[in-house]
Amino acid sequence: MSRQANRGTESKKMSSELFTLTYGALVTQLCKDYENDEDVNKQLDKMGFNIGVRLIEDFLARSNVGRCHDFRETADVIAKVAFKMYLGITPSITNWSPAGDEFSLILENNPLVDFVELPDNHSSLIYSNLLCGVLRGALEMAVARQLPLRFPTVPQVQMAVEAKFVQDTLKGDGVTEIRMRFIRRIEDNLPAGEE
Amino acid sequence: MTVHNLYLFDRNGVCLHYSEWHRKKQAGIPKEEYKLMYGMLFSIRSFVSKMSPLDMKDGFLAFQTSRYKLHYYETPTGIKVVMNTDLGVGPIRDVLHHIYSALYVELVVKNPLCPLGQTVQSELFRSRLDSYVRSLPFFSARAG
Repeated sequence: MSRQANRGTESKKMSSELFTLTYGALVTQLCKDYENDEDVNKQLDKMGFNIGVRLIEDFLARSNVGRCHDFRETADVIAKVAFKMYLGITPSITNWSPAGDEFSLILENNPLVDFVELPDNHSSLIYSNLLCGVLRGALEMAVARQLPLRFPTVPQVQMAVEAKFVQDTLKGDGVTEIRMRFIRRIEDNLPAGEE
Repeated sequence: MTVHNLYLFDRNGVCLHYSEWHRKKQAGIPKEEYKLMYGMLFSIRSFVSKMSPLDMKDGFLAFQTSRYKLHYYETPTGIKVVMNTDLGVGPIRDVLHHIYSALYVELVVKNPLCPLGQTVQSELFRSRLDSYVRSLPFFSARAG
């Protein structure tokens, strides 16, 4: 199977209905496989995480975005570049915490949930939880530059973040809101055994 | 002008790929060499950023000796592309970026059957990379 070696920044067009229906089929199948909503939510998060760790490489390859210096810059890149590139929407960033380590992404419309209505017996299902996993996975791989300090090796660090839905149009809210929280930096270390 | 060899590392220091085209002298056991190379890059990167008299933009780019030049490119996810060429070759950041984006990302990252975090087994990747390097304007079949 021959593949295009260089696509540059163009994106392959695909029907959004196909995407939405595929996602819906995925969630439906997970609901059949795992009988309770909590397990489905966990699986969606896990799958999203695995997508995220690969998606970030594609994002960096296509977008020419460099390192983000702080969480605010990261938020901007997520909302204005990444969401636009992959879902065609630009969420707005609001509700920054005073310490600058939490913010909200407000999505006016969520392409994953076109045509979807949650049935009553799945009220604790977080339908779009895949998105949270993707955000988590992608950010955990992305490296932020830290100012060189007094230590001899300067860590290039990755970010562990938490992403969760706090409002959801599927559950009757006016908008969909994802709360992003910066947890900690993960240090980049030499492989074990190196001194 | 020529390309001697190429290394690809991930953020944990795992050598994802190594290819060589013209290399007359071997350093020793390949596994030891990869660790040495990674350790050197890790140290030089942090040294360069610490000692920089101005705000750093891209960080460590290349070093050269009287016989060869080592070119370096790193992504925010810690993927490192390292290419050794002879001295006639100028800055090739775009070439290294192409190796990352059009070869590694397209053929390895996007392939769900290619596991990440270990040496790339994909024959397609190896052969595409080889053709790409051989097609570079500064690559000549004879070392010189």
